Amino acid sequence: MSFSHVLLQLIQGLLAVALAPLVLGWVNQCRAWLQNRSAPSLLQPYRVLLKLLRKEIVLAHNASWLLRCAPYVVFACMVLAACIVPLVATDLPFSLAADVIALVGLFALARVFMALAAMDVGTAFGTLGSRREMLIAALAEPALLMVFFTPALIGHSTALPNIVETFTTGPLQLYPSMAFAAVAFIMVLLAENARIPVDNPSTHLELTMVHEAMLLEYSGRHLALMDWAHALKLMVYMAIGIALFLPWGIARPHDWLGVPLALIAMVVKLMAIGAGLALLETLAAKMRIFKVPEFLGMAFMLAVLGMLIHFLVEA
Amino acid sequence: MSTPLVGQIINLLAAVLLLIVFAMLAQRRLLRLIHLFALQGAVLTLNTLVVAVTLHQSHLYFSVILNLVLKVIVLPWILIRLVDRLDLRRDAESVGNLPLIMLVAVVLVILSFNVALPISELAGTMTRGTLGIAMASVLISFLMMITRRKAVAQVIGFLSMENGLFFAATSATYGMPMVVELGIALDVLVATFIFGIFFFQIRETFDSLDIRNLENLKDRE
Repeated sequence: MSFSHVLLQLIQGLLAVALAPLVLGWVNQCRAWLQNRSAPSLLQPYRVLLKLLRKEIVLAHNASWLLRCAPYVVFACMVLAACIVPLVATDLPFSLAADVIALVGLFALARVFMALAAMDVGTAFGTLGSRREMLIAALAEPALLMVFFTPALIGHSTALPNIVETFTTGPLQLYPSMAFAAVAFIMVLLAENARIPVDNPSTHLELTMVHEAMLLEYSGRHLALMDWAHALKLMVYMAIGIALFLPWGIARPHDWLGVPLALIAMVVKLMAIGAGLALLETLAAKMRIFKVPEFLGMAFMLAVLGMLIHFLVEA
Repeated sequence: MSTPLVGQIINLLAAVLLLIVFAMLAQRRLLRLIHLFALQGAVLTLNTLVVAVTLHQSHLYFSVILNLVLKVIVLPWILIRLVDRLDLRRDAESVGNLPLIMLVAVVLVILSFNVALPISELAGTMTRGTLGIAMASVLISFLMMITRRKAVAQVIGFLSMENGLFFAATSATYGMPMVVELGIALDVLVATFIFGIFFFQIRETFDSLDIRNLENLKDRE
């Protein structure tokens, strides 16, 4: 590990943190276009964050340290996750320190803090939101792990850089199992990021909300951090999707010339995935919360099927 | 472990077939179920065509045409007409505990993969890896017939089971002898006609297509 690797790691982490609101803005813009609305500016999420960062924090009287430190913990978890996923290059020092299973653990840590903090003040909405979140998470997490196992079996490693290496350097091969895993991953992405069939990201103060219900008690820079972490989570999920299913273009180790090319590839892929996500959200209707276990059960089953097919026809 | 590209394509089509069977198991709407059945026939035809072209099995071209005409065009058309005449176009039935059924289906897949593994190692064909998938789709179609209550969905399950059998024959021995294939095709066609007549009889007697009514038949004394 040399200085240049650390530099690359730092640049990639900062890039992810800086670009995350832009990705969210792009998804919102695509969604507005598809729904025949006039779209908000691409920079709108940055403006909201700036506004919130300048405002003072208002806390409930009985708020404990949990509510005060939760935004920092959640944000730190997401930044760490963004550092682990190879977005531009594969030889990242952090990437080798933590594999995909640790990544799932990081998401779980952030989620637990968020749910606990939402119940801290004791409002009905916060409790309702965190209970629903935990229901969804308990079903989404095994599905996500199963999705990770198929590429891990193909790449003979659970570390993301090694998986990316296997897919980009090996001979071009059709992997039917990866198609199953990809569909399951999209379903998990929708559920984990509170997107439309599972939760509505644009609703506020409604009985159907899940993620927003947990954020009601935050204000000022706490709310800004939570929103930013949410945008970052979406970006990290997209980056995982790219690393697993569309890894072509990510710079190889010691390939410094490949980095600008990788940046362009990353922007194109993120834009395409964002547009696809907006399309999915426009076509789908929000489902009842009782249907979510069925939806995620389907994702789990698809991921397991992918793994079985890998054992049967590809091994 | 690198299989040739054709083998990979065949594996991909087999995986798609398995996915379609699962989708059929979960599909509640009758019309969509028929569309899925037609899609299954189309993928099956494509798979047979790939095998026929790459392995120069001339008798398989005949099954390709038979498949295309019968399973992609004629049978779905008959079924859609039946659904129209029975006025079931918007019909949707409850499938019961779907996650449980799905889990059972996954267990069936594991079972058939295990059973098929020693058999496919004996077979020398290029398509041997897909035998497990063919067996799984037969068993899942069977599960679909068990879990459904409405007659039309059960018939589609039966037809999809036949598709699975055909796929098994293609993957294990490059297709069945011509006479057997023709016989089965004719059987399926005639069976669908007879099922159609049955549907009308069942509905005339019970005012619904729910098979559970048949359990109440008793000799009147």
